Amino acid sequence: MSKIIIAGGQIIDPANQIDQIGDLFISNGKIVSVLRQPNGFNPDLTIHAEQQIVCPGFVDLSAHFNHSLPHKANIASETHAAANAGITTLCNPPDTLPIIDTVAVVELIADKARHVGKTQVLPIGALTHQLEGKILSNMSSLHNAGCIAFSNAQYPIKNTLVIRRALEYAASNDFLVIIRPEDPWLSTQGCAHEGIIATRYGLPSIPEISELIAINQYLALAELTGCRIHFGQLSSARSVDLIIKARTKNIAVSTDVAIGQLFFSEHDICVFDSNYHVTPPYRTENDKQGLRLSIAAGAINAICSDHRPHNIDAKLGTFQETKPGISSLESLLPLTLKLVADNLLTLTQAIALLSTNPAKVINHDGGTLTVGADADICIFDPKLDWIVASNNWLSLGKNTPYWGQYLQGKVTHTLHQGKVVHQLIDGRNHK
Amino acid sequence: MPTLDNLQLTNDGRLKHFLSIQGLDKTMLTKILDTAESFAGMSAQKVKKYPLLRGKTIVNLFFEHSTRTLTTFNLAANRLSADVLNLNISAQSTSKGESVLDTIHNLEAMHIDMFVVRHATSGSAHFIAQNTKPGVCVINAGDGQHAHPTQALLDMFTIRRLKTNFHTLRVAIIGDILHSRVARSQILALNILGAKEVRVIAPKTLLPAKVEQLGVTVANNIDQGLQNIDVIIMLRLQKERMTGALLPSADEYFQCFGLTKKRVAIANPDAIIMHPGPINRGVEIESTVADGAQSVILQQVSYGIAVRMAIMSILIQSGEHA
Repeated sequence: MSKIIIAGGQIIDPANQIDQIGDLFISNGKIVSVLRQPNGFNPDLTIHAEQQIVCPGFVDLSAHFNHSLPHKANIASETHAAANAGITTLCNPPDTLPIIDTVAVVELIADKARHVGKTQVLPIGALTHQLEGKILSNMSSLHNAGCIAFSNAQYPIKNTLVIRRALEYAASNDFLVIIRPEDPWLSTQGCAHEGIIATRYGLPSIPEISELIAINQYLALAELTGCRIHFGQLSSARSVDLIIKARTKNIAVSTDVAIGQLFFSEHDICVFDSNYHVTPPYRTENDKQGLRLSIAAGAINAICSDHRPHNIDAKLGTFQETKPGISSLESLLPLTLKLVADNLLTLTQAIALLSTNPAKVINHDGGTLTVGADADICIFDPKLDWIVASNNWLSLGKNTPYWGQYLQGKVTHTLHQGKVVHQLIDGRNHK
Repeated sequence: MPTLDNLQLTNDGRLKHFLSIQGLDKTMLTKILDTAESFAGMSAQKVKKYPLLRGKTIVNLFFEHSTRTLTTFNLAANRLSADVLNLNISAQSTSKGESVLDTIHNLEAMHIDMFVVRHATSGSAHFIAQNTKPGVCVINAGDGQHAHPTQALLDMFTIRRLKTNFHTLRVAIIGDILHSRVARSQILALNILGAKEVRVIAPKTLLPAKVEQLGVTVANNIDQGLQNIDVIIMLRLQKERMTGALLPSADEYFQCFGLTKKRVAIANPDAIIMHPGPINRGVEIESTVADGAQSVILQQVSYGIAVRMAIMSILIQSGEHA
């Protein structure tokens, strides 16, 4: 299927400031024209996109799955889920099984992703060997193999000298370092925000100051080393203030927020609902509102899913014993559209936060409908209601607070490199 | 915000589990205390048994060690004529990898009517209550740092017997509030019953975040904090608190927060002194105070049986009227 027309949709491409109803033309996996039909273009396939939005495929900066246990969420199941969600590029943090700290693992991921062929998977390399925070990883080799950035994920490095050296080494090669800001000493074994809810329920807690101290520490070291840094999955409104201030000093810093942080607060964990056990924890109502306003003001670069799929057993236990995280690839778009419905974002801004902006963070070519770019495209019906249930939720992780509930906005087609990798027919998924 | 009511109360407000003081109202607490009052007299009688729970099977399922609480639950169930099984699970199934839920389901298959559960993680009693069959009651005998509601009610029972009116009372809770499920439940109960003031006294390292939002006033100095106090509740200080840099040493803690005769004199002259036990003599309380005239520590223990009988009988009766 080499030539495709996507006909009659509302084409929104934030990178090129396009918001217009018209046709999009694809040939040999690339976008060849937007709005104007090239001479002699005879399509092999016409996708009717009337009443729908046609936009760049989404780029998710943080989605977890493993690479060695096929019965748990894996690259095949989760890239199917990603295609179902309009996501065409997934960044995979290094704290998977096995840890992404060797070229072999990077190649394994690339091979598997190519074999499944649903979406692109971009590995984030471990910043230190085995994420132990002691020895630097082979960053250049990992970069050459395909790692788009480096991170110690949810294992904060304790030794400040190692952090400094890691940032210096990354800066020497202009590599991006992604930080999940958390002070390792202040967050020990916590499972909820240090506030009235953790106090009332007697839950071990993670204070807000843990995030703020880590951000201050990394900003100071980024200024010293000149390293490009990105803070992932912020949980505190005050974190954004620190980052805004740092930008005035020309520190190269970007940031994202996990979609759940814009909808939930510490109060949602009542009563001991393990669906809301996440790291970093949902914080106060003020934090949630502050993060929403920062998204609206453009202070946060991107929204990610922070997808953490789990088997049922992992969430079956007392709150603090369960594994943290939400399966959230497939709720990413509907929830982002809620921000539009809440008048926090325009539709174009919402799409930019899911595609153009995260692509820029990792210097990735995707996230646009520019002529010549890979045809990574999401087509969605913003008005279509659907119930979160097994028939339309492809992730192996069913751990979502939205299970059984209605969400609005459904992806009807996803194209990856010009190939239709997801198609919704009569409200059902066809793989 | 969802409340705990849904889980421990039936739609018409009857008690189906006893998991936390939170979500219960003054009427319910008073009903339990009144019922306990009727059982309290019988301990002195020759025949100490009521047939209220005859034919019922109760399992005391303790995943965490206990002497006092287990013994009083055991006696309470026996005095209500129930068949009782005491299981110390910490040394059994869990060490073989069996989950709490599997343990519960296996026991349910043996037609158990009531579980009395103690577990080291917060929320475990709720988790078990959510996963038991309809008609099976769960009593929380202490879950992590969350709640110990029967202890709180036996403390309220003790206070009510000795002080009558909650509305004029200023109550001080002293010590490791941060890790104390007892303190959390006491604070809830005292506020529901209308205590004039609940004051927590501890160094900042032993107070949880936003503690004042629980409905307490805070003092970091015991000598100031004890002024005008009618009820002094001491909390046990776990030895391991020294290692987490929460406190410098047991000696310094005793110097700064230990209840001595001299300090008791700061409180109101008729103040009573309580402790949920087990006490650390010379760490949080001086022996002369623990054994002194104002101490009601042993009364608390004996009232514990009556209060637990009251809760068990109310739960079983709620189930029978369903």
